[in-house]
Amino acid sequence: MSDTEATKQLPKDLAASEGKVNVQIDGVWHQFPKGTRMIEACKQVKVEVPHYCYHPKLSSPGNCRMCLVQMGMPPRPAPGQDPVFEDDGYQPIGWMPRPVIACANTVAENMGIRTTGPLVEEVRNGVMEFLLINHPLDCPICDQAGECRLQEFSVEHGRGTSRFVENKVKKPKNVDIGPRIRLDDERCIMCSRCIRFMDEVADDPVLGFTDRGTHTTLTIHPDRRLDHNYSLNTADICPVGALTSNDFRFKQRVWFLKETKTIDTNCGTGINVTVGARSNKILRVQPRENNDVNSSWIPDSHRLSFHTIIDEARLTDAMVMENGKHQTATVANAIQRAATELAKFKGEQIAIIASGRMTNEELFMVSRLRDALGATHCDIVPRTGESDNMLISADRNPNTEGAKKVLGISKPGSSLKTIKSGLASDKIKALVILQEDLTADAGFTQNDIQHASLIVSSHILANPTAEVSHILLPGASSFEKRGSMINVTGRLQRLNQAVQPNGNATDDWELLRDLTNAVGGGNGLYLIEDVFKSMASEVAEFNDLSLGKIGDQGIQLYETGIEIPLLTRERKRAENGEIVG
Amino acid sequence: MATITVKRPKLTFLEKLFIPTLIKGLRLTLSHGVRSLRGKAEGKEQLAAGHLGVTMQYPEQKWDSHLPEYYRGAPALVTDELGRERCVSCQLCEFICPPKAIKIIPQEIPADSEWAKVEKKPQAFDIDMIRCIYCGMCEEVCPEQAIYLRKDYAITGTSREEMVHDKDKLYEIGGQRIGLVNKWNDLK
Ligand code: SF4
Ligand code: SF4
Ligand code: SF4
Ligand code: SF4
Ligand code: FES
Repeated sequence: MSDTEATKQLPKDLAASEGKVNVQIDGVWHQFPKGTRMIEACKQVKVEVPHYCYHPKLSSPGNCRMCLVQMGMPPRPAPGQDPVFEDDGYQPIGWMPRPVIACANTVAENMGIRTTGPLVEEVRNGVMEFLLINHPLDCPICDQAGECRLQEFSVEHGRGTSRFVENKVKKPKNVDIGPRIRLDDERCIMCSRCIRFMDEVADDPVLGFTDRGTHTTLTIHPDRRLDHNYSLNTADICPVGALTSNDFRFKQRVWFLKETKTIDTNCGTGINVTVGARSNKILRVQPRENNDVNSSWIPDSHRLSFHTIIDEARLTDAMVMENGKHQTATVANAIQRAATELAKFKGEQIAIIASGRMTNEELFMVSRLRDALGATHCDIVPRTGESDNMLISADRNPNTEGAKKVLGISKPGSSLKTIKSGLASDKIKALVILQEDLTADAGFTQNDIQHASLIVSSHILANPTAEVSHILLPGASSFEKRGSMINVTGRLQRLNQAVQPNGNATDDWELLRDLTNAVGGGNGLYLIEDVFKSMASEVAEFNDLSLGKIGDQGIQLYETGIEIPLLTRERKRAENGEIVG
Repeated sequence: MATITVKRPKLTFLEKLFIPTLIKGLRLTLSHGVRSLRGKAEGKEQLAAGHLGVTMQYPEQKWDSHLPEYYRGAPALVTDELGRERCVSCQLCEFICPPKAIKIIPQEIPADSEWAKVEKKPQAFDIDMIRCIYCGMCEEVCPEQAIYLRKDYAITGTSREEMVHDKDKLYEIGGQRIGLVNKWNDLK
């Protein structure tokens, strides 16, 4: 155009100045950053494009064809002709007669996308019909039923009846391909998500396709098993029931599960999870997307660890030692007893050993208890292992950062030695052990502990420390409580209660509050929100925060400089344009 | 995930009052009464034992032989021609059951079983007959033709536990059904 003033006002120039492009989706104009995939653009404006093979964290092979949409661009002007602009400043869109896949194409200036209309409807119906040709009638016995994309899109785009009169192709069913995963090839729709996950994320490419056409079969390398510690993620991303978890297999239909968003506490990463439970029983744990913590993944070892909390050895009652034998007591009586006994000792004779597995709220209550008792020795048990160079952090305590900030412990574990020698030399006479078994990771023996004339402890399971405790309080596991933790990168995250504690087991912060009350009088804390409030006024990092404000994705409080290797790699791949991220 | 919000049907003012529905029911009962009085009702021979010809001498006389095909009695599980449990424990009936009378614990069929390819069956299947309202939703929803409402209506017990029909009891009432769709055949 000759008039430069007018061209400046065109939407394409306005968008270009911000590095964006104008795209019309279902008749409405929007702006998106250059390079956005069409499917992501649609998602951002809440238009759903059905898809199977596309996953933002994996490469896009574009092989399922479910995401077909109609695309249009302005017609190319003839030589010497100026582009035509309509009154609204956009060029007219020339619709292409054939559809394109939305998952692998990126948006362009003045592009039009139609996700409805006769062409799109027809291609979706066609793709669905092909996908269902050989699909078995397994829904009643298929664990995916209820969250199966094939079921969902069949309802919207399927025919309801089959026109296929030939015999269906038979493929291997119920194949044992790994210790935790079962494969049903008839249900596989060849999206290759699992193959790409094992290759690109787990870096253990053991899955692949054999044969061609309708006989294409997902197989495992003949000499290998799918035994990678991240293998169960393939069952999560499989859009159908071809890969299912042995652990969750036939336990419960998914629509009965009550889902709770919380975090995993097996290591310092604090992987975001969704816990599925029915009738107060945890049945499965799945990763929840958080691009600052765990992307969309979780290691199998963390995922399946919930079984320990439904363990037989679970403590369900308070115990008080009478003549060398444990007798059950009410929690209130046990706490009262603990307070009376503790009062017999001087501050320097009492040692508190708390845990890096405690929430910030619990740690805060520990600091109150420490003040009330005047205890001079207070520490947590450090727990380190090796990072797996993916998600598992070397710090196996989920809240070491919290212990540093809330309890003011600068070097976790540094006073354990003093406590041990103090016990041996009778300088320390009373032990308060919270959520720890000292014989496991702290390097104490049962004998060392027994030197103390009073042992008050809390735990969720029976163990050697619990065995010799004079007063034993039954605590709650991480999926049974609310609270907050700070992960290794300095991110504050929230735990939510998925199930109620067993029997008379009680949320730990309440045990601690009652004990502190019994020792040093009332403290006016009735709700966990109150605890956070008082904590926020004392710990600088928590100023202006509340449990509610933390949200499901957490808040980055500060940077510790620690990186999560898997995230670093994914960010790099996203920068290179290999994945959307 | 695609979330579909299902709208409840809008009731008209009359429907909200429930009175028209009540009148409909009364009319049906009355019409049966009139039919009996005119000696046109089913089981009229037995009804004749009463003075007016409208009362049956229960429990000496029973309706059993006059129950229509569509009668909805106690729900029960059935086996097929080969004695296979038809139920695969999909738990759809548990989900649909309005008073939550059904409780199922699924189980994997062991690999050495003749029916290992069906993969799944109920380990426990309880219907609480104190809760059951004989609505027939379970029969309607079952994708495997495994649960049917039979003609048993006199369900009695002296304790709550007795009123819970377990899997054995359900198969005992249900028995075998032949001629149903058999999708777990060799072609499958
Ligand atoms: S994968 Fe989906 S459609 Fe196929 S049997 Fe399982 S639930 Fe049904
Ligand atoms: S097993 Fe599942 S994830 Fe893997 S290719 Fe088949 S459908 Fe896709
Ligand atoms: S008949 Fe109705 S109430 Fe009784 S078990 Fe079946 S669905 Fe439940
Ligand atoms: S709906 Fe049918 S197959 Fe499913 S659990 Fe109930 S009886 Fe069994
Ligand atoms: S999602 Fe686009 S082709 Fe599979």
